[in-house]
Amino acid sequence: MIRFEDISWRSATFQLEGVNLDVPQGCYGVLMGPTGCGKTTLAEILCGLRSPSAGRVFCANTEITHLPPGRRGIGYVPQDGALFPTMSVQENLAFALRLQGLPQAERAKAVAPLAEQLGISHLLQRMPEHLSGGERQRVALGRALASRPAALVLDEPLSALDEPTRDALILILRDIQRNLRLTMLHITHHKHEAASLAQRLFRFENGLLTESPLPQ
Amino acid sequence: MNSPGVSKFWLLLALTTGAYALFLLAMLAATATYSSPHDLLKALQSREIQHSIQLSLLTCSITAALSLLIAVPAGFLLARSHFPGKLWLEAVLDIPIVLPPMVIGLCLLILFQTAAGRLIERAIPLTYTISGVVLAQLVIGAAYAIRTMRGTFDHISERPENVAMTLGASRARAVWLVTLPSARRGIFAAASVAWARSLGEFGPILVFAGATRMKTEVLPTTVWLELSVGNLEAAVAVSLLMVAFAMLVLVAVRKAGERV
Repeated sequence: MIRFEDISWRSATFQLEGVNLDVPQGCYGVLMGPTGCGKTTLAEILCGLRSPSAGRVFCANTEITHLPPGRRGIGYVPQDGALFPTMSVQENLAFALRLQGLPQAERAKAVAPLAEQLGISHLLQRMPEHLSGGERQRVALGRALASRPAALVLDEPLSALDEPTRDALILILRDIQRNLRLTMLHITHHKHEAASLAQRLFRFENGLLTESPLPQ
Repeated sequence: MNSPGVSKFWLLLALTTGAYALFLLAMLAATATYSSPHDLLKALQSREIQHSIQLSLLTCSITAALSLLIAVPAGFLLARSHFPGKLWLEAVLDIPIVLPPMVIGLCLLILFQTAAGRLIERAIPLTYTISGVVLAQLVIGAAYAIRTMRGTFDHISERPENVAMTLGASRARAVWLVTLPSARRGIFAAASVAWARSLGEFGPILVFAGATRMKTEVLPTTVWLELSVGNLEAAVAVSLLMVAFAMLVLVAVRKAGERV
């Protein structure tokens, strides 16, 4: 599960007040809202990249408000994938395992099935600059999954992709969530994405976050 | 570039750049014609000048490396953080760029006459020593390197570093494994800027480290010493050597920077 309890956050030009959100365990939550409403800020608070000025954050029934990003068990896929530009696809996928101290051979063995599942086995030796938008997002997804997170946060992961690539990735995301029973929070402003993926739908407007009925 | 409007635009840019490059080349060519291969050879055979060449290459390389040790963390701090007094800190770090070089030398000399300065000098003698040459070069070289590194980090996205942190890296490890490899061209550029600035540095070295032959004499001080005794041919020959060194190192570093 992912839960925000009365989260507030302030900067010189922007603020969030009393935000509450609850995505149950193993559920695909989609958060929609206009550009600049604070969706990415919420994702970064969840990942531990920003500290809330008030409120509490939970993941998998544990309070994580004050935990460092790497100990929260949350995989993060930002909008542009944010791949590590000087590492190959394989090195990107195996980054979390490298941090855990796994030897190179074991890392390669561990990421192979993941690469196959995501359809990127043929790209393992490529550098990020030689990948298409869809390939980059698959690698970013694989990199987050390789750390075996309890929850996955996807910040507009499909917004820069063409329609066929987006549809293909929607299928992959649905499969991953079903097979791994992951709790997901997917941020988007595309109705089609929300309709295809959401099991719980949240809207964020004028600083107010509310749960909406699922689109038919 | 095919339409006439665009061609004129590019032509204007090329003319401006070309005219400036031509002026620089004319300046160097005129200097070269003032010297002869015989003068150059004679200069190269002089023990004092050989020592000065070696010392210049050594101190510039040490300064470039030390500049990076300051410029990488300072550039990262300025690019990635916001804190009260940041504007003032930036102004302080730019002081060596704005101040006349002689004044920097004078400030160094005065600093190491204070009680704290003397204490440091007991551990590492600096005034009128080779270490002093490096310190005088470093004060100015590091300021330029910091500017370069700040610009480099400004243009590197913070997101990959953030993702690395969510995967288990500490901030320092994320910077080391993800951000610094992305900044490698900027690091090369900062080192080359610091090296080149150090090669041409004269004022602070003269005041703080002196111009003692076979001791603290670097190439710019050689030019000054030769000029002061009226040996114009040797001064010109050493100047041409400096131009050659600077061109060689800058081209080599840029080539290496493109490859990494």
